[in-house]
Amino acid sequence: MRYAETGFNLEIDLTRGSIDREESDPRDTELYLGGLGMNAKIIWDRVLPGIDPYSEDNLLIFGTGLLCGTPAPGNNRTIVSTISPQTKLFAYSMMGGFFAPELKYAGYDRVVLRGKSEKLCYIWIHNDKVEIRDAEHLRGLGSLETAERIRAELKQPGAQIASIGLAGESRVLYASIEQGRSSASRGGIGAVMGDKGVKAVVVRGTKDVNIADPVKFLELCDGVLKYIKWREDHPIKGVPPILQGLGSPQEMAIVDEEWHTTNFTWGNARTRRKDYWTREIEQKWREKQESVRTRLIGCYNCPMKCGATISVPGLPTYMMKCYSKLTYTMAAFSDLDFGFKIAQKATEYGVDGFSAPQAMAFGLELLENGILTKDDFPGMPEDTEGRFFYLLEKIVRREGIGDYLADGTYWAARRIGKGAEKFDHNTIKKHEQLPLKLGMLNPVYYLMYCTGEKINITQIEGQFPQEPFPTREAREEFVSDWFQVPDEKFKKYYVDWEPRGEMSNPYYPTVEAACEIVDWMEKMHYIDDSLGTCAGLSSFPLKPPYHIHNFPEFIRAATGIDMTKDRLWQTATRTRTLLRALNVRLGMRRADEKPPEDHWRKRFPDLEKQLLDGYYKLKGFNSDGIPTKESLTALSLDYVAEDLEQRGVYHG
Amino acid sequence: MAKVKKKIKSIRIVADKCTGCRACETICSAFHATPRYSSNNPARSRIRIVREPLRDIYLPVYAGEYTMSECTGRNIYTIDGKEYRECDLCRASCPSRDLFKEPDSGLPLKCDMCEDTPPLAVPKCVEWCLAEALIYEEREEEVEEEPALADIEISVEALIDKYGLQHVLDSVARRAKS
Repeated sequence: MRYAETGFNLEIDLTRGSIDREESDPRDTELYLGGLGMNAKIIWDRVLPGIDPYSEDNLLIFGTGLLCGTPAPGNNRTIVSTISPQTKLFAYSMMGGFFAPELKYAGYDRVVLRGKSEKLCYIWIHNDKVEIRDAEHLRGLGSLETAERIRAELKQPGAQIASIGLAGESRVLYASIEQGRSSASRGGIGAVMGDKGVKAVVVRGTKDVNIADPVKFLELCDGVLKYIKWREDHPIKGVPPILQGLGSPQEMAIVDEEWHTTNFTWGNARTRRKDYWTREIEQKWREKQESVRTRLIGCYNCPMKCGATISVPGLPTYMMKCYSKLTYTMAAFSDLDFGFKIAQKATEYGVDGFSAPQAMAFGLELLENGILTKDDFPGMPEDTEGRFFYLLEKIVRREGIGDYLADGTYWAARRIGKGAEKFDHNTIKKHEQLPLKLGMLNPVYYLMYCTGEKINITQIEGQFPQEPFPTREAREEFVSDWFQVPDEKFKKYYVDWEPRGEMSNPYYPTVEAACEIVDWMEKMHYIDDSLGTCAGLSSFPLKPPYHIHNFPEFIRAATGIDMTKDRLWQTATRTRTLLRALNVRLGMRRADEKPPEDHWRKRFPDLEKQLLDGYYKLKGFNSDGIPTKESLTALSLDYVAEDLEQRGVYHG
Repeated sequence: MAKVKKKIKSIRIVADKCTGCRACETICSAFHATPRYSSNNPARSRIRIVREPLRDIYLPVYAGEYTMSECTGRNIYTIDGKEYRECDLCRASCPSRDLFKEPDSGLPLKCDMCEDTPPLAVPKCVEWCLAEALIYEEREEEVEEEPALADIEISVEALIDKYGLQHVLDSVARRAKS
């Protein structure tokens, strides 16, 4: 018997219409756990360089984390992987919600889609019965509308559905896969789903998920719940309200948005409005948020309530998570009322809440600067809100200027030309970043921006505070119950870190310390993404319930695998290195590893070089960011080393 | 007949606080697995959330009595502007729906308030509901003392329930003759 996992993959060839249930190798579970690790291994083995993201040979994998479907709280993440049509690199976007556990209960650890369906279809997985069904009648429907229609036609109210909207069908390069209250949005994975002709993946499962050491496992789960409760009563003092507790930043529960609205930038990631937040704004936003928010809602088996049901009068109800209430609001220089309204449409169309508003603001900036003209925007309203709605409609249909903007700022700028390139100032590796522009270089964030394989800061940062508390006493108090650290030295790094002076950014944390801090934070994300643990209970917030000391116990009790802290650390290193090798094989090199050009006003080229050198060395990469043969071999990735060698990667 | 005091255990449902996470379903099915916690499967859970997010319906219901035949209740109740089917509010394991039945055998499921030795402080679903949508309550009620049925009478009653009195009488008569 397999524990925690089902031991089966569902292989679906959309071109041939074949469906196979294939047993996976338990030795791979020991090496890669599940979720991201297994997805990366499958993509490495089967999607070779040169394969176009829109070819039949590209895969789209819906993977479940190893702990999904077990009673471990908050383990519900679906990890969707493919080769991105936007970055042309490995993409892994993730969603919470209810899909992954349901897939486990249906008897599968992952669904691997290959080929392309000639007609729009949806996949219906009901335990052992799996069908490819016609979806032409759902063409053009919104993501939530689609889900409701399918539930009704199958008479399966408990089915969980991952679907695309019009943006995915139109292959918008930032199309999302929506799943009710959650979505996998980054990297254009919804476009790949649309390209494959799949409108939705629908799953209902009524089988058991087994646990190797039930009594121990339950004790661990009970412990995590107790800690979550304790942590709720003990918010971290001295950080903005949205960062004090656990979960995603509590955008739905909390109205105080001073931190985001005054620190993050407005428009096309340009303007900081340091005095935006006033008592009147707070009052207005509070009334708005409380009037449209029907209920705070959770993901599967998680006590947090990071999402909300939103009912704006006159619009269909939808569900919102985290930060999308602000991305449109701020890109359009508008307010929360507009944010809630446009997010409804954007969710139904299925677009990424970071990239979409930025592409729109970018288009309008080109208009203001004469690179585009009024003729490029026929019939566009004058008001900022009307313009954003107009652009959204154009983008998801790829009409006129929308066809350009649907490719995101990087590709749109190059296709438009005429100097548009310099307005694409907030991408890394062709992917839109958080709208954030700051003063002094932060060495830890510099490294995360440059090197993160997710190409998205929020999936790398985490447990180490973003800033030092003002006094040494406050920092000492912070570390006094900081048991999550993998090593005591991290406490010292934090206590010694000063807001100003010698022991402050950019030279402190030192190169060595910065590399180690990044290493710890990203390792925790790799572990989460392979286990299916929500970052909101683990790698993202300060002092989380899951950490490097209890994860090995969870894995051991759930699966029976003899897991220790050191072995888990190595497993995370293996997956991290495999992802790097994947992207290196697709052409990524050191020259690509840089933050958005104007992210910091004050830059330090020598220090930045030292940081990158130090990071590569710690990771076992050569000076061009390529994993060395020795480090690959030490991680049982010999087959990767051989492949890179054969392709001449080590010889320039 | 004499009055006796009886301890009544119940779960107060505060549906307004439910976040729809279904932790109650997960842990209920794990608790009732054999061996305990060795597997979980919400389809086997004795508590289920009637959950329709877009209509803001979040209603935890825990399994009550098994009933052989379905009732005629098909009414719609509108509460705070939201429509509930009569079945949504019902705790029975009945032929009209899949709810509260083992998915493989179809055998009925019933909440036992997590009876265990030593006893738990509260049922697991209540303990795991940090949203406090489930509140465990105990109270004493005076009830008529019921005479204990002998085993044979329970069996005969079950037979009559299943086959009808006449069939059972006929069968007993045939046996008596042979």
